[in-house]
Amino acid sequence: MTTRRQLIAALPLLALVRPAAATPEEQKAAIATYTSNAPIKRGKVTIDIAQLIDNGNAVPIAIRVDSPMTEQDHVTDIAIFNEKNPLPDVVRFKLTPLAGKPEISTRIRLATSQTLTALARTSDGQWWQQTVDVIVALAACVEGEAI
Amino acid sequence: MASALIHMPASAKPGEIIEVRALIAHTMETGFRPGPDGKPLTRDIIRKFECRYNGKTVISAELHPAMSANPYIAFFVKATASGPLEFTWTGDNAFTQTEQKQLQVQP
Repeated sequence: MTTRRQLIAALPLLALVRPAAATPEEQKAAIATYTSNAPIKRGKVTIDIAQLIDNGNAVPIAIRVDSPMTEQDHVTDIAIFNEKNPLPDVVRFKLTPLAGKPEISTRIRLATSQTLTALARTSDGQWWQQTVDVIVALAACVEGEAI
Repeated sequence: MASALIHMPASAKPGEIIEVRALIAHTMETGFRPGPDGKPLTRDIIRKFECRYNGKTVISAELHPAMSANPYIAFFVKATASGPLEFTWTGDNAFTQTEQKQLQVQP
């Protein structure tokens, strides 16, 4: 029988098996590089994602930005960053006024429960962000062979 | 050739905003998963996606390993004139694929 003490002793081993994960600091650094250290305001961006995720291998996510999407006032960039996947980047979009509506849906991988950040840049050069906390039951990235 | 699925209306009214959904079959191997020998499998992902409408870029994307296998991207296009929508995916191991769909714009 496995005692609690043995389990605790095995914890560092488990940590070794997992691939290196990005840290919240790495996420911050990646965002700073992406926005060239521009100030980021909260708002305008909406993240549509389930709070409790069964399967981290394909998580539907939609990003909406409050913008009329005209030639004068549109969204130029949308990006998603994560805290605890092996890499802080998820996806970066570039939009033009031809898109007509500043909304994007996609499917992403999530290694574990974490905070996601969505960023958007409007054509006047301002950056906007929104964050969301998600709980992931079955993680992506940690399994061996394909399922 | 990987199989690609593109869902969009065949025709639209001028000024109408249509939804375009694009999906392509691709493993999107992250480069972090261990293979049978315990060593990480080499990365093989799609790096870029672009959609052009009558030759002009509507949207482009830079994909990272955190995108799911068979990357799915849905977005909107404002219909202005009849013409082709061109979808291009490019990635590791010289992966490149282009698909085309016609959009009829009539009042």
